[in-house]
Amino acid sequence: MATSANRLPVTGGFALRGVSPLTLLAAGLVAAVCAVPIVYLFIVIVGEPAAAWQAIWRQGTLRLLLRSLALALAVGFTATLLAVPLAWLTGRSDLPWRRGWTVLAVLPLVIPSYIGAYLFVSAFGPRGELQKLLGVEQLPSIYGFSGAWIVLTLFTFPLVLLPVRAAMRRLDPALEDAAHGMGRSQFEVARSVILPQLTPAIGAGALLVSLYALSDFGAVSILRFESFTQVIYQSYRSSFDRTGAAALAGLLVLVLLLLLTVESRVRRRRSYHRVGPGSARKTADVPLGRWRWPAVGFCAAVALISFVLPVAMLIFWSVQSVAGEVDWGQVATAAGNSLLLAGLAAVVAAIAALPVAWLGARAPGRLSRVVDLLTTSGYALPGIVVALAIVFVGIRLVPILYQSLPMTVLAMVIVCLPLAITATRSAVIQIPPRLEEAARGSGRSQLAVMATVGIPLTRAGMLAGAALVFVAAIKELPVVVLLSPIGFDTLPLVIWQQSSRSFFESGAIPALVLLMVTAPGIWLLVGRQR
Amino acid sequence: MNSKVTRLALLPLAIIAIGAASGCGEAGGGGEAGDGSSLTIYSGRDEEYVGPLIERFKQQNPGSEVEVRYGDSAELAATIREEGEKTPAGVFFSQDAGALGALQEAKLLKELPSSILDRVPSAFRSAQGDWVGTSGRVRVLGYDSRALAPSELPKSVFDLTEPRWKGKVGWAPANASFQSFVTAMRLSEGEAKTKEWLEQMKANGTRSYEKNGIIRDAIADGEIEVGLINHYYILEAIKEGEADGDTYPVKLHFFPDGDVGTLINVAGVGIPEASKQQKAAEQFASFLLADPQQRYFAKETGEYPLVKGIAQDPSLPPLSSIKQPQLDLSDLSDLQGTQELLQETGVL
Repeated sequence: MATSANRLPVTGGFALRGVSPLTLLAAGLVAAVCAVPIVYLFIVIVGEPAAAWQAIWRQGTLRLLLRSLALALAVGFTATLLAVPLAWLTGRSDLPWRRGWTVLAVLPLVIPSYIGAYLFVSAFGPRGELQKLLGVEQLPSIYGFSGAWIVLTLFTFPLVLLPVRAAMRRLDPALEDAAHGMGRSQFEVARSVILPQLTPAIGAGALLVSLYALSDFGAVSILRFESFTQVIYQSYRSSFDRTGAAALAGLLVLVLLLLLTVESRVRRRRSYHRVGPGSARKTADVPLGRWRWPAVGFCAAVALISFVLPVAMLIFWSVQSVAGEVDWGQVATAAGNSLLLAGLAAVVAAIAALPVAWLGARAPGRLSRVVDLLTTSGYALPGIVVALAIVFVGIRLVPILYQSLPMTVLAMVIVCLPLAITATRSAVIQIPPRLEEAARGSGRSQLAVMATVGIPLTRAGMLAGAALVFVAAIKELPVVVLLSPIGFDTLPLVIWQQSSRSFFESGAIPALVLLMVTAPGIWLLVGRQR
Repeated sequence: MNSKVTRLALLPLAIIAIGAASGCGEAGGGGEAGDGSSLTIYSGRDEEYVGPLIERFKQQNPGSEVEVRYGDSAELAATIREEGEKTPAGVFFSQDAGALGALQEAKLLKELPSSILDRVPSAFRSAQGDWVGTSGRVRVLGYDSRALAPSELPKSVFDLTEPRWKGKVGWAPANASFQSFVTAMRLSEGEAKTKEWLEQMKANGTRSYEKNGIIRDAIADGEIEVGLINHYYILEAIKEGEADGDTYPVKLHFFPDGDVGTLINVAGVGIPEASKQQKAAEQFASFLLADPQQRYFAKETGEYPLVKGIAQDPSLPPLSSIKQPQLDLSDLSDLQGTQELLQETGVL
């Protein structure tokens, strides 16, 4: 072939390096829809610039922002520390019961962080189960930064584990063999060959985790960590100051821009696809030897803390509250609604992510960074801001869809899209661009190339993305409260109603049902892999 | 293969089309007309408490379509504000006066007719006539009647900083009702005195709890002697059969002489300026203030009815006997300063 790897022949004349105009158009459309929160913030801030400045220049804004950023980075870091060894053990070693550990390592994703935080407080907090068990007067406080750090790490680390594990399994063993052949030690191979190839997956996963920590409200407020997001919520809830809230959310967008820039630096200017002919061999499992049982112990400890114990507590409370009245009809309807909503959001997000992922993988640059910023903003901003933004824009632009199911689905997609984009993009970067060239060179249309090359080769990534969106969307609350059709109860809504009226414990049964209906999503993610 | 892509691409379009069709139906049913035939209620109050009332309203207006969106009062107020002219909300039923006060300040509420306003005493409605209280709750001191005789109880919430109460008081700093009370204290006693009180309470070993109900249970368990709570939590425990009224150890103490510790806050309704269902909304407000519904609040939610002549729960002192601090409840919307103060003093 005469053409170089990153310049594709395009018939239409207009192209951004490796991307077809159609992909560009589709990515632009998705980005435009996802821009709703940022457009809203702009309109509100410009409407009352003086009030916006006042909110930003208040004492303590910078300190709060740095605190939240510190939490986000700390959570991203520890999630990576936890996820990478787990990914290697479940993906590349001869760990006993590997499939079981894989599923257990991903299951913490089904536990909403607000429920995880509440369980954590009930277990380790003042007057909690552990204190009763030990019979001591006081335990070290779990509130504040450390509590938020631990809880957010425990329930988000699978977001790093999944892409890293997938990337490990796709590694081309020929590279490692070559390095070994040159006499490099195991450690050197890991550092110079394996790690660089995993960097984009780690970066993408850690970014998702950090942004989650940045925008989370439920867990940090239960754990009494005074975060930036909490201040934004308070601006709406207690001082009814929408301009102030918008101004602070605007600062979060700047932080997001910073984090995205760092992440794209990590990903840029490298190729991760196989260059030679043929396809990669399957990787061989590394024998653990005497580390076998310590490794099992590590996996078991993580599974115990992040999944088994929380679920055991929920079951315990559920059994206790069965004596009270449970409206099973309401729970069943809510479960159905949740499945419908999360399922639709997953399908739409997987499709919407495709062009954006393609753009990001094939033409990383200023344009793709703008698209990334817009498509990530809904995920990185606090739920209340995104919900009110969609209220504001939705009721003016498409009043006929206001508070209807399609708009709720669309809102969910805006909130969860980066999960699908990341999963899909990591699949795209491993496809050699030559395949598309070849397909296009044989005279097929752009759509046909996408159908015969793009979608089949990214199918696993799209499916993983859809599953991640499903698992995230089914837990989402603020968007549903304000935007769903009237009377459209979902499980998080029922949990919220039940636990706000009296004790959290009375929400245990719907919470348990939520975990059970989310399980199919986890099966899609890892259950079918060996 | 090509058809597969086409199918994939058509899926979201199909979803949107189906939704649009269903959306049309909803808009047609809910949005139209001021003929009193339909009403959309934004309710910051829990379905458990007001659901039965809304059922009753539907029965009394058989031809009407009544829909309720439940949520957090402040978030629903923010939503009404973002919706602006096009709000589908016919009426806003708020858990507290603060959210109504905020909408009033943004000039987003219609003035209510005097036939509705005059049902309740002027202290429990907007001074401008933009919202009206429908039921009341009182901040009280819950106390352990096994440990304390009525004569030993403090005369003022400010007395709780004395050494006598060291480590024996419970409060819920994150709770909205508690924060409204602190806001009231700032308004009536000033910032400096409130700050001093918070600091002294903290230094006195006051214990923090998550919610009012947990404070009540901590008193019942003998963990603390007194706690700052809303009055109806005791009635709730008795009603749920944990004990009968006479033997339940936790009793209520109302601080005398208009002490800010006995703040009376209300739940209430307002009609958005842009409401297209004004007639039905007014009907709903009148309905909530009619005698049977006022009795419902007294009996079922343990709250104070606000309409004159309707008796409260027999175990409670009458509302007229509680001297309340001089305040405009609309001003309780200023919670920002309260939260800053709570954080500054390390209480929250």
